[in-house]
Amino acid sequence: MKIAVCLKRVPDTATRVRIGGDGKSIDPADVQYIISPYDEFALEEALLIREKAGEGEVTVITVGPEAASKEVRTALGIGADAGVIIQAEVALDPRQIACALVGVLKDRGDDLILFGRQSVDSQGAQVAALVAREMSLPFVNDIISLEIDGAKVRVGRDTDGGREVIECPLPAILGCDKGLNDPRYPSLKGIMAARKKPVETVEAQPVEASLETIELSLPPARPEGKIVGEGPDAVSELVRLLREEAKVI
Amino acid sequence: MVFIESRSGEVKKASLEAMGRARQIADASGGRVDAVLIGSGVATLADSLADRGAHRLLVCDSPALEDATGDGIARELAAIVGQEQTDIVLLSSTSLGKEIAALSAGSLGTCVAADCVDVQIDGTDIIIERPVLAGKAHLTQRVLVRPAVITLRPNYGEPMKGAENAAVVSVDAVAGDGSNEPRRIETMESDDQKVDLTEAEIIISGGRGLKAPENFELIESLAATLGAAVGASRAVVDAGWRPHSEQVGQTGKTVSPKLYIAIGISGAIQHLAGMSTSRNIVAINKDPNAPIFSVATYGIVGDLFEIVPRLEEELRSIL
Repeated sequence: MKIAVCLKRVPDTATRVRIGGDGKSIDPADVQYIISPYDEFALEEALLIREKAGEGEVTVITVGPEAASKEVRTALGIGADAGVIIQAEVALDPRQIACALVGVLKDRGDDLILFGRQSVDSQGAQVAALVAREMSLPFVNDIISLEIDGAKVRVGRDTDGGREVIECPLPAILGCDKGLNDPRYPSLKGIMAARKKPVETVEAQPVEASLETIELSLPPARPEGKIVGEGPDAVSELVRLLREEAKVI
Repeated sequence: MVFIESRSGEVKKASLEAMGRARQIADASGGRVDAVLIGSGVATLADSLADRGAHRLLVCDSPALEDATGDGIARELAAIVGQEQTDIVLLSSTSLGKEIAALSAGSLGTCVAADCVDVQIDGTDIIIERPVLAGKAHLTQRVLVRPAVITLRPNYGEPMKGAENAAVVSVDAVAGDGSNEPRRIETMESDDQKVDLTEAEIIISGGRGLKAPENFELIESLAATLGAAVGASRAVVDAGWRPHSEQVGQTGKTVSPKLYIAIGISGAIQHLAGMSTSRNIVAINKDPNAPIFSVATYGIVGDLFEIVPRLEEELRSIL
């Protein structure tokens, strides 16, 4: 089975955000970058499928700056077979990212294309869906179980009040959620082996923007809060404030 | 045009909020609001939507959509949007809403302005505001394409009531044989009809301060008293105490309820990112220096095992 895993390089979730000089992006100084955490579930699932089948090929693909080769190498160290970096030094909107991915994906003939359910930076949960429509492939997001059955895949996901199981023909595009598996860490042996694995760098085809960033700013500061008191004796005053001041109960 | 999401035979409040917001936009810019129902058996919901701010109610009710997932619903929505020459398509930013929005945008050759907290019309410009990095920053963007597909975060619109009656128009489904589409083959409803965290008005969240998974009973009991949803910190989800569906934070759900009560949660930056857009935050923690107090509207310092039962008792006596 041939599987593509699409990864995004994002700021570590522990990052304290500062706004860059252009007022439209974050200041990259001192920011640590990581593979977006949901994408790790996608990579792990691809490796599990390959291991279970005893054959197959897992390729990680990312759209990003040259520096994203670090995240691609990490993925190769974890176990992917090959990597593709679609170079984009400027920030792209979701449609531009999707079109860049389609440029690489369209001729590969993957049986399965996996994404994380959303990136943890822009959180749009849409690039996978846009790729699916461009390639006329079925799409299911937020999956927490996956079972290949011949030319079909059965996936499970949580709904508001329960769970649903969905059957989907292959090839398909799936968005992976936490709960699907426990991602492994790269081993020293894996990291050594990753150095010899192929990484291809390609250029993104230019696509017109759909969204234009006007400004990125820090969120408005929360009004100063108050400590109502200490211990259970403060509860009455808290309840009064919630009723009379905040008017939420 | 507003896509209406329903669950268990009821229209979601978040969809009514989106309708209210759409009506404000239409009134300010001289437009029309169409609300769209898509699915199998959805026509029965039309009555409950009659006076909620739409001028027309487009109903695409087809048995062919019985097992459809977001994929099939989005195909219908994109077809209707195309026929009606729509400028703005508004959906609520729920899990399903996001999936349908993204797939519809894909069909329409555009992308989504996702998870917006504000939509402004400035002449012919559509300007949106959305939190990114789970609320660590705010992004203001201009939507350059039409139709503009926008998802609105729950609790960021006011439902309308008593508007003029919407004209009901029935729309044919374009559904094909569905052979290349995902189909739902099984649905399991849990007994307790849980409110999705992202849509909840009140959330009670617990963290490691609860010391053991069974102590979450305190949280569940308080949540039941307030009709609230239960949330959890990443620490207790990773420890296997609570399901991931309850995780609040940058790698869980980003929430904006009217009231968020954090109990035994110290407030790691990735947790604060997920809940700091809540209208009111209450923190109960034994450590007066816990970062959670820096975002709290009201805080109580002390032993949660003494405070939470008292809080529930006092709330019971007044609710």
